[in-house]
Amino acid sequence: MSAPLALRHRAEEEASPLPDLLARADKLAGTVLLGDHGRRRAGIGDDFWQYRAMGPGDSYRSIDWRRSARGDANFVKDREWKIAQSVLMWVDQAASMRFTSDDRRLPRKADRARVVALAATILLIRGGERVGLTGWTLPPRGGNPQILRLAEAFSTDTPDEYSAPEARGMLPHARALFVSDFLGDIDPIEAALTKAADRGVRGVLLQVLDPAEEAFPYEGRTIFRSMGGGMAHETLKASELRARYLDRLAKRKDRLDRLCRLTGWQYDCHHTDDSAQAALLWVWRAMDGGKA
Amino acid sequence: MTLFGALGFTTPWLLLGLLALPVLWILLRAVPPAPVRRLFPGVVLLLGLRDEEQVSDRTPWWLLLLRMLAVAAIIIGLAGPILNPEDDGTVAGDRPLLVVMDASWASAESWPARLGAAEALLNRAERDDRTVAVMRLTAPEAPTFQAADALAQHLAGLSPEPWAPDAENMEAVADLLPEGAFDTWWMSDGLARDGRETLLDALEDHGSVTVFESPEPLYALAPARFVDGNVALTLKRLRAGPAREVTVLAEGRDPAGNPATLAQLPMQFEDGAVLAEGELSLPSELRARVDRFQVQASDSAGALTLSDDSLRTREVALIAGTENREGLELLSPLHYLQRALEPTADLIDGALSDVLPANPDVIVLADVATLGPEADAVTEWVEGGGLLLRFAGPRVAASDLSRGEEDPLMPVRLRAGGRSVGGAMSWGEPKTLAPFDAESPFFGLDVREDVTVEAQVMAQPDPTLASRVIAQLSDGTPLVTRKQVGQGQVVLFHVTANAEWSSLSLSGLFVQMLERLAVSSMPAQPEIEDMEGTTWQPEVVLDAFGDLRDAGTLPGVDGEALVSAPLGPELRPGLYTGQDRSLARNVVDADTELRPTAWPDRIPVEGLSGPEEQPLAGWLLALATVMLFADILASLALTGRLRGARPVATTAAAVLLALSVTALPDRAAAQGTAPGQLAPSEDNGPPSEQAEPDAGPAGDFALAATAEVTLAHVLTGNDDVDEIAHAGMRGLSDTLYFRTSVEPGPPIGVNLEEDELAFFPMLYWPVTPDQPTPSAEAYAKLNEYLRSGGLILFDTRDADIAGFGASSPNGRKLQELADPLDIPPLEPVPEDHVLTRTFYLLQDFPGRYVGRDVWVEAAPADAQIVEGMPFRDLNDNVTPVVIGGNSWAAAWAVDDNGQPMLPLGRGFSGERQREIAYRFGVNLVMHVLTGNYKSDQVHVPALLDRLGQ
Repeated sequence: MSAPLALRHRAEEEASPLPDLLARADKLAGTVLLGDHGRRRAGIGDDFWQYRAMGPGDSYRSIDWRRSARGDANFVKDREWKIAQSVLMWVDQAASMRFTSDDRRLPRKADRARVVALAATILLIRGGERVGLTGWTLPPRGGNPQILRLAEAFSTDTPDEYSAPEARGMLPHARALFVSDFLGDIDPIEAALTKAADRGVRGVLLQVLDPAEEAFPYEGRTIFRSMGGGMAHETLKASELRARYLDRLAKRKDRLDRLCRLTGWQYDCHHTDDSAQAALLWVWRAMDGGKA
Repeated sequence: MTLFGALGFTTPWLLLGLLALPVLWILLRAVPPAPVRRLFPGVVLLLGLRDEEQVSDRTPWWLLLLRMLAVAAIIIGLAGPILNPEDDGTVAGDRPLLVVMDASWASAESWPARLGAAEALLNRAERDDRTVAVMRLTAPEAPTFQAADALAQHLAGLSPEPWAPDAENMEAVADLLPEGAFDTWWMSDGLARDGRETLLDALEDHGSVTVFESPEPLYALAPARFVDGNVALTLKRLRAGPAREVTVLAEGRDPAGNPATLAQLPMQFEDGAVLAEGELSLPSELRARVDRFQVQASDSAGALTLSDDSLRTREVALIAGTENREGLELLSPLHYLQRALEPTADLIDGALSDVLPANPDVIVLADVATLGPEADAVTEWVEGGGLLLRFAGPRVAASDLSRGEEDPLMPVRLRAGGRSVGGAMSWGEPKTLAPFDAESPFFGLDVREDVTVEAQVMAQPDPTLASRVIAQLSDGTPLVTRKQVGQGQVVLFHVTANAEWSSLSLSGLFVQMLERLAVSSMPAQPEIEDMEGTTWQPEVVLDAFGDLRDAGTLPGVDGEALVSAPLGPELRPGLYTGQDRSLARNVVDADTELRPTAWPDRIPVEGLSGPEEQPLAGWLLALATVMLFADILASLALTGRLRGARPVATTAAAVLLALSVTALPDRAAAQGTAPGQLAPSEDNGPPSEQAEPDAGPAGDFALAATAEVTLAHVLTGNDDVDEIAHAGMRGLSDTLYFRTSVEPGPPIGVNLEEDELAFFPMLYWPVTPDQPTPSAEAYAKLNEYLRSGGLILFDTRDADIAGFGASSPNGRKLQELADPLDIPPLEPVPEDHVLTRTFYLLQDFPGRYVGRDVWVEAAPADAQIVEGMPFRDLNDNVTPVVIGGNSWAAAWAVDDNGQPMLPLGRGFSGERQREIAYRFGVNLVMHVLTGNYKSDQVHVPALLDRLGQ
């Protein structure tokens, strides 16, 4: 096989999950009824907000002559203020996200995270917001092409065991959505969140966990290995470890929760055996339905 | 073969493999179970957690033990272990061998085991090249020594005899012993007997003696006795052992004549007791059917006892000629008979026709002159072995019974009138009894002087008279005569059964005479004097295993011998019948004592059969397999792999369970029937079980028919007619429901052949020319129905074209149908019939047609109109039939919506006719349900008058 052909082949292979992801995300987004996205105040926008008597400072061009012709006073038509909000996405692409305890019944954590994130993206972009990735790779933009670009970005796996959110390139006062299992080192996460809070970025942490990670249903002599194979832990009686593992997991969750409260973020834990819609709705509500 | 106690090994060197077990232990111990490798992102949270239990890095000790045991079982199993291998006999030698068998009833219980042991001995003898002979003590024959294998072929033909060898037998055997030296193996039945020592000495003169005895328990059941209305049983056992319960079965025949277990009696041996007593309370009818009592699951004639007449109470039917004298109980012809027989016999009362089917032992006719139509049946019964006991009396004396020629049911001819002696109007003194002749059955009874006879019927002198007299008066006139008729006999007391003619019935002699005549029950065991000169015929005989055999052509037995002689080939245990009773001779009688043998110390006594050689390899290997299987499950469970494979695990567990269950010997089957309290067999059970309301379709039918008042119509087989009839009944039921307090359920079509009719107040019977004529049973049911107050409404449905009578096909069919019915005379409904006023006042009874008369039971001829009463006081009953042809059902018929199905007349007059038809139906049902209630209304004025209104 010649080199260009192979490249094409690989590219198509890479691209193949994209439409699937898009379609699923689109379908998921369709389940959320888009409400009004206005800011509930007069401002720049396309929608009518109110008529008001013309005041000093209003240009004549802003007079709504049709309305003013019905009376003596001149009226100005205000439009609802709409500004696009920048939303920064970070979806964990590391190896740990590619875990599923039951590959027939349950999706991989990464799949769920991507679908939820992309669905939220679709909703936000339809709501007129600009969505991008953290860091410098894909700055926030609006429009359907951005959905495609984000979908592509979400579909790329990285070889790391665990990854931490990119804290650089945070736009001030933007919104953020971080989706990960947050099982890795917590310090970079903490640092990223602190930095984001410094910049006035508020957002949402969605922790996606597999039910097995929540229940630890293992017994007997077991060697646990990380997804990348870099880490291993051997135990002779896995059931003995359960209580202590669950304790650590609860501590991890608690720490994330406290961190979020400290920085004004919101935290939720989602399990892959729950419906994705529940996660999307929570994200959507947590982000004020896209409103600032 | 190497022996370790009772265990032998075919390849013992394989056991060296057991030495490897400790090595295996160390090896297995060092290898922990293989770990499961799992991908788990949460491993980062696990890092640094240490296992608290350090032990489990080794295989758990119990799993290790399981594996070691499995391996050990395999090694031992492959080494070929054999339990109880046959070793070289303790009895060895090269002299000829005599096998002496007791072969008594007591050996029968373990006879197969004895034969098995004998066969093993013969095999051993054959190996040793010894000649063998067999002797049975119960049937001594001269022994001939022959090759062991030749003898082994005849071994199966040997059987025990149902008696025990006595001292004479033993001596006979001792005399029969051949010359020369030989060894003896004596298969003893374990019972001590006279003569054993003698024989033992004789045998020891020839060589060594070894005794084989079965340690099994031996039971002997003594003959059942009749004590205070209960059957008392005594069970003995040979050796006093621990407490044990033994069930005794009462076997007999059920009423259908099939063999059945009639009752069970659990008998409890106390700890250390050799006797167990029990009492069985049986109804006399059931008791009479018991053939034998038998220890459950026992194979010996000694554990069985036949019951004979001593358990039976005789059934005596008492029939008197005159029963009209109310209140004069002491004059009742039967009073003294009843008093005399009550303690010992079952008395039956009733008419002769009712009594005969019960086949009583005795029928007593007190002053009955004519038997009427039953005479033939009575003759047949007497010829079949019945005892007809007749008493004279005024009616017999006045009748022509047996006057001109001898009545078949009278022993003698009678002279007219009889005679009266010693009364107020006659000469002479009352007569006393003469002593009884030696031929008389009463011989030996004391004749009391105070027994006098004042009147009697006189026998006509006849050539046969002398031979028929069995008791006479002091002047030689016959008092009691007897005649054989077939197998039975007729006995006539020439006096009354009460004290009217003689004082005989007041004396104790009367009771004794009845006893001698076998009217009352006899003593349990006849005295030896009574048996002198009698011959008894065996009916069934027992073999040693307790099986009943037909006696066949066995000769009769002298009565004396039957009672006293020991059992033997001449006198086999069994049931013997004499002239008027049966007598059982059992293997074990009340005096039989069971004593265990006491052999001298020098005689080796061995068990009957050493435990059998049993290869154990299969069991051990199976055990190893099971253990390895358990090891698989345990290993899986230990490594946590069992969880995912739960279905597999449960299946495996089930398989394991099934294996272990099938491996267990089936003990439940050996338990036998659980002994309960007295459990009468099914045919005597309470009838409530059969009368369960929800018992099948018949029960459903009964429920449907009786839950409400239900109108019924007869199914004719013609669908149209049946449908109209059903709809008509429905319409009438609705009408009744709306208008009266009668609230009928849905009507039912009745099949005369199958369905019970008694549930229905009334049957509507539409007549079709082609309907089948009911069977005789159905007519019997119909007649019963009519007699018990039912009403049938016959409807020829042809009033539009025919008059009453056979002028139409339906009419002819009606005559044919009704012919076998029990129908009283009929008449057209009179004006004052109660049917005209039971609910509505009616004068005509139209149906679909307004036709001819309707016929009901005719009023009695003497029915008169009473002055001041509007109606005659007619029939007291419901008329059993109403016959007409107005096709009432067609007028009543409604469809499911309650709309009339068939048009009726024209316009309003048609509806009026339908209304009158309904009214007739209502009146009819009211008549059926209330009877002559409305008729009684004629008395209301008189009643009111009497009440002073």
